[in-house]
Amino acid sequence: MMTTNTQPELAYDSKIEGNVIFTQLDAAMNWMRKNSLWPMPMGLACCAIELMAAASSRFDISRFGAEVMRFSPRQSDVMIVAGTVTYKMAYAVKRIYDQMAEPKWVIAMGACASSGGMYRSYAVLQGIDQLLPVDVYISGCPPRPEALLEGFMKLQRKIDGDPELQQRHQPAGHAAVSR
Amino acid sequence: MSPHDAATKLASKVGSGATIREFRGESTVLLGASDLVTGMLYCRDELGFDLLLDICSVDNSGEDPRFEVVYELCSIADGTHLRIKTVCAEDAPEIPTVSHIWPTANWHEREVFDMMGIRFSDHPDLRRILMWEGYPYHPLRKEFPLAGRESAVEEVAFTAPAPLAGGPFVTAPGSGATDTREPRSRA
Repeated sequence: MMTTNTQPELAYDSKIEGNVIFTQLDAAMNWMRKNSLWPMPMGLACCAIELMAAASSRFDISRFGAEVMRFSPRQSDVMIVAGTVTYKMAYAVKRIYDQMAEPKWVIAMGACASSGGMYRSYAVLQGIDQLLPVDVYISGCPPRPEALLEGFMKLQRKIDGDPELQQRHQPAGHAAVSR
Repeated sequence: MSPHDAATKLASKVGSGATIREFRGESTVLLGASDLVTGMLYCRDELGFDLLLDICSVDNSGEDPRFEVVYELCSIADGTHLRIKTVCAEDAPEIPTVSHIWPTANWHEREVFDMMGIRFSDHPDLRRILMWEGYPYHPLRKEFPLAGRESAVEEVAFTAPAPLAGGPFVTAPGSGATDTREPRSRA
């Protein structure tokens, strides 16, 4: 009978216990992405003030890993379009979005960015979704910082593959695969 | 100096081309476009109106002459206000610039040009100031619809009519939710 005393223990190793987690690659990547979303603050009107408040200590957007406001599109993950997009500004917003590296997301913050808001006017783009693929719309004029944080958490759930959110974006008859 | 005295002096300086209107203690002098620069120089140098507060324009659509340009003058020393108006016709509306008298007039006149399409002769830099170069309309003219018109300047900007759904801020009466009362959400 052979002895097994010298064989390494394959199933259990106390040295690495708690240091290794098995998961799916995309789940791990999504987890990393959603918790370090660096915003591109596209502050165009009064919504930008609320955006600044959301970054300050009372609301503290850094709880969601998004305190690193990057004023360079090349270093940002999510563009927060905060304010009235005039037609004069519209292509500039698009150009900045185009310079952001993939993967990238867009939050339309407030009534103006979502739909033109109260500006039914010759000068205002009636919703930034005419130019950019918006992931989360936040209502309000302007939205309170809590609303921005709620929108942010919605975006995090979307990145994390929340099946409920996925289904909402699927065309009818194509139910999302739940993880 | 009271506004009335200033208006009287200006009118006597300019002569028969000037008309004075008084309303609630405010004085307005109507000048012909040919008297404008002379009158304005007199206001600044002799009457002490060293500050040009504002220039705006009025579209009296259907009347002749159609456009009116309004200058608000102020004397910093004694706080007197004086309003100067001049008119210009609909075809090729043009009046002389006052930007060499008050430098602030430069941008005010650019705004009037942009929004109303009135040109200012001898202006040093008469470009649009709010809309972009190539935008084909003057949006504050009466015939221009509030919703705007379609236009496009490649790589610069585009416009499209806004969905007014019957007018700005039209909401159906009743106590229903906003998504049933707000016209655009029903569209």
